[in-house]
Amino acid sequence: MATSSVSKGCFVFKPNYKKRKISVPIEDYFDTKKNASEDSKLRFETYQLMWQQMKSETERLQEELNKNLFDSLIEFLQKSHCGLQKSSRDWGFQIKLREIPTAAVVLGVNVTDHDSIFRSLTEVLQNTVTPYVVSLQAKDCPDMKHFLQKLVSQLMNCCEDVKSNEEGSVHVTQKRTHYSMDLLFDWYKTVTQKAEPKLPSKKRTSSHQWQCSPVVLVLKDMESFTTKVLQDFITVSSQHLHEFPLILIFGIATSPVIIHRLLPHAISSLLCIELFQTLSCKEHLSSVLDKVLLTTQFPFKISEKVLQVLTNIFLYHDFSIQNFIKGLQLSLLEHFYSQPLSVLCCDLPEAKKRINFLSANQCENILRLPSFQRHVEKQTPEKQVALLTNERSLKEEAQSLLENLHTYHVNYFLALKCLHNFTSSLPKYPLGRQIRELYCACLERNIRHSKEYASALQLLRMLAKDELMTMLQKCSSVFKSSSENQLDNTAKKIEEFLAQFESLDADVKEEEDSSGSQAKGLQKTDLYHLQKSLLEMKELRRTNKKQTRFEALREKVVDFIDCLVRDYLLPPETQPLHEVVYFSAANTLREHLNAAPRIALHTALNNPYYYLKNEALKSEEGCIPNIAPDICIAYKLHLECSRLINLVDWSEAFATVVTAAENIDAKSTPSEEMSEIIHARFIRAVSELELLGFIKPTKQKTDHVARLTWGGC
Amino acid sequence: MPPLESMVLCRESQVATLQSLFGERHHFSFPSIFIYGHTASGKTYVTQTLLKTLELPHVFVNCVECFTLRLLLEHILSRLRVLGSPEDGSCAEVTCDTFNDFVRLFKQITKAESLKDQTVYIVLDKAEYLRDMEANVLPGFLRLQELTDRNVTVILLSEIVWEKFRPNTGCFEPFVLYFPDYSIGNLQKILSHDHPPEYSADFYAAYINILLGVFYTVCRDLNELRHLAVLNFPKYCEPVVKGEASERDTRKLWRNIEPHLKKAMQAVYLREVSSSQWEKLQNGDTDPGQVKGLSAYNHVELPYYSKFILIAAYLASYNPARTDKRFFLKHHGKIKKTNFLKKHEKTSNHLLGPKPFPLDRLLAILYSIVDSRVAPTANIFSQITSLVTLQLLSLVGHDDQLDGPKYKCAVSLDFIRAIARTVNFDIIKYLYDFL
Repeated sequence: MATSSVSKGCFVFKPNYKKRKISVPIEDYFDTKKNASEDSKLRFETYQLMWQQMKSETERLQEELNKNLFDSLIEFLQKSHCGLQKSSRDWGFQIKLREIPTAAVVLGVNVTDHDSIFRSLTEVLQNTVTPYVVSLQAKDCPDMKHFLQKLVSQLMNCCEDVKSNEEGSVHVTQKRTHYSMDLLFDWYKTVTQKAEPKLPSKKRTSSHQWQCSPVVLVLKDMESFTTKVLQDFITVSSQHLHEFPLILIFGIATSPVIIHRLLPHAISSLLCIELFQTLSCKEHLSSVLDKVLLTTQFPFKISEKVLQVLTNIFLYHDFSIQNFIKGLQLSLLEHFYSQPLSVLCCDLPEAKKRINFLSANQCENILRLPSFQRHVEKQTPEKQVALLTNERSLKEEAQSLLENLHTYHVNYFLALKCLHNFTSSLPKYPLGRQIRELYCACLERNIRHSKEYASALQLLRMLAKDELMTMLQKCSSVFKSSSENQLDNTAKKIEEFLAQFESLDADVKEEEDSSGSQAKGLQKTDLYHLQKSLLEMKELRRTNKKQTRFEALREKVVDFIDCLVRDYLLPPETQPLHEVVYFSAANTLREHLNAAPRIALHTALNNPYYYLKNEALKSEEGCIPNIAPDICIAYKLHLECSRLINLVDWSEAFATVVTAAENIDAKSTPSEEMSEIIHARFIRAVSELELLGFIKPTKQKTDHVARLTWGGC
Repeated sequence: MPPLESMVLCRESQVATLQSLFGERHHFSFPSIFIYGHTASGKTYVTQTLLKTLELPHVFVNCVECFTLRLLLEHILSRLRVLGSPEDGSCAEVTCDTFNDFVRLFKQITKAESLKDQTVYIVLDKAEYLRDMEANVLPGFLRLQELTDRNVTVILLSEIVWEKFRPNTGCFEPFVLYFPDYSIGNLQKILSHDHPPEYSADFYAAYINILLGVFYTVCRDLNELRHLAVLNFPKYCEPVVKGEASERDTRKLWRNIEPHLKKAMQAVYLREVSSSQWEKLQNGDTDPGQVKGLSAYNHVELPYYSKFILIAAYLASYNPARTDKRFFLKHHGKIKKTNFLKKHEKTSNHLLGPKPFPLDRLLAILYSIVDSRVAPTANIFSQITSLVTLQLLSLVGHDDQLDGPKYKCAVSLDFIRAIARTVNFDIIKYLYDFL
């Protein structure tokens, strides 16, 4: 750098604060793949649009599900606040302990989802109950001082917001370094007294000196708070409850018993605890699946494997809806990124339009799709030629195929829901209790060939009338609720079945009579005759096997379901062009979402070729290539040792392996210099292994190190 | 102002002692008085009413509120300033960081005309919190009269005996005054004192008698008893209000209230059911089946692997490490329990409590109890951490985070059995104690 100075000296150059990083527009990342040049921009836009739609749908769903909880919470808050404000002339009121109203909200162990719930809760409370809502986290409050500091500063911020909405800012918040309870109470007094004349809309009780909104304190993670902080705060604030109406909300992840474990009786007797519970996260998952995947609203679909990966992470690892949706987003992104034909993964009319503008390259892509190839093979030879050579006829065919795919999905989901209604209440749940299990099974293969399906049908054949009726009613409501009228016939048929079952009732009496006459046949006889007549009757029944009308009807219903499954629940692989909307790269997803650091480390050290892609490193199982990186050699040698490793032996083994590469005849002793270098390399490899956490120094034996890992990974 | 005797019941001797200690207004009193006694034995109430009725200049501080020395001292000084010159009170902020400053400022403030010729009292409630502050605070307060050369008395209130306060560097010994627990007669007298205006004193006294009969064995806390008395009184009055019984019909009333009180002891006294819910129950607003105690919700829903991690942690915590071979190896041979037994292990591990175990052992057990193959993914490790934040596991020792964290399992046997049942795992078979 140049200066204008003539003299020599040190100069300080401040870096230019120009934005050095040229931010690449995100959609350009879509280009980087070799064959992905086609429509990458369009694909990215489609992705963004669809993700926005999905996101807003899931958010809306979340709001809906939380509504119940929030409503009951708000009711509780308002009621208990009224209780606080009640006239103190009441006899009992003076003597009773002042209890802090407390809502214990059990949220379940999926801690990652709680934040969004609390955020919307705060919003709702601020809109309906009180402007003073504060939420605290345990990690911010290791002691009383920090607790109060957070509490007061957040409260004052709340207050500022309110003020700035109403009128010009009043100078309240001076810089205070020392927060105390007194400060808090004083602040509350001034704020409420000021606010009182300004809020005429709120109803007030005349007897009280100020009609005030309560302060709601949300403790987000009750489990992690230290007992002492909670105890001190509760004792102090219960003494000042009459001037500082406080309401607590405990966010509990495990079970409400934790309150008793954290707080001694003397403290918990100062609280008036009521319990609230959220929806279980599994139900939440089913509703998300129902709204996002089991619908034709979004053209994007995922294959069985991908769905398995996502649900397994949810059920086995975290119970987190947020992570599930993130996983869904990742698969959406991955699909649009890796599949060039995903341009067509949009609304049907739009997709048809887009087909017309497809490039020759993309047409080639279509032709290369396995499902399309299978489709072509089924056609007549003339048509095959037309499809393979004429771009225009190919596009037309693709359009009609996409349309078919759409109707296939409409029917598919209706049939799936129908089947689920029938099988979800069977004993032992042969096809699963949740619709996602059934969906997985149907995606995997043709469900009619599975054993479970056969046993489910068997069970259906044994159902009683009222059970069948309720199932049919549920099914008919499914059809009614769907807007599309593809399966009108089926819906009508269900109605017919229902009507027939109704009419059965009238006929029952006749049957009873006939069975009565049969019973009369058994008169008083001796044992021999009785046996004989029983045998005869059994024979008779077997030969004519006369079904009752109910049984016949039941058979019909089961057949009807079977037809439904046969016609509509075909696995998606049978559909041509299914690759356009189905994302099936489960492995990529698993690598991203369920990372296995130890396995990756082991692979890198055990089989360096996997990552380095150097042909020389290719080797068979078990042997150690001597040109591998030093750390790999050391690692492989250490795998053969027991808990304590002798450093001298290890070093010698290392030297043997390494020198095997350098001079072919191992008998000639390496030079002094060589061995020193090898020794240094060994030391370095060992300390690298120590850094990675495979070994550690031990004091049990001299010149030994302890191994820290076991097994292959 | 009503006479002192009618406001303070059953504490005559303590009041007399205090009054004689205080002496006349201008007399120097004892420099520091230490009052102790159980919860709700009237320490705070007696001191406060005494100082108020005698109209003595005093400052009352709750040490829980003032969690730093600075807050405590500034609080006292500002209150004193208001006492000294009520007309221009709370004008200036006082800053006082150390006890030395406090003594200086205290001298200045007590120069005021209204405080000059009489004893100033400083009452420190919950004085046990002083022990956690700087070492010079407690001895300083005990000797405040001498340090400031002013007519001042410090009264310390605490639930802990003086012996637990005495600093090892020695200090001025305060006058120690004990407030004994109220006897059942005292409780009866005090509780009957505040009877509701609608009913006669005798009627209420009879009710209190029944109440004490039920609760006296478990609870002697006056505040709690008062609270319970008010909560359950409407139920007691119910027959009278309905006209089914007269106020004198004690037997009938007793039969009505007794089972109800017993139920209250299990529910509202333990705060299993909140007071407001209890009131609602009494009024018949809600269905009694609906309101369950907090402990009824013991069920925790956990992800599949978390359950197994917890089970593995439990096994690692309660089984000796030597026995792992016997439980988790397929061909362990026949090893009987007696062969294992070392002398000190004859006591049940469940009586001794959970023992810490290293992460590796947890994972090894986990791999062997889960049927399918578990990959050691990042999710598994994060689950362990989240179990720690949920307080189901606890981390032991923070120093060795990188290469050997140790954990303890913090759940009960009942809890883990319930968890194990949901995954069809017979945990009892794997526990050394139940072999």
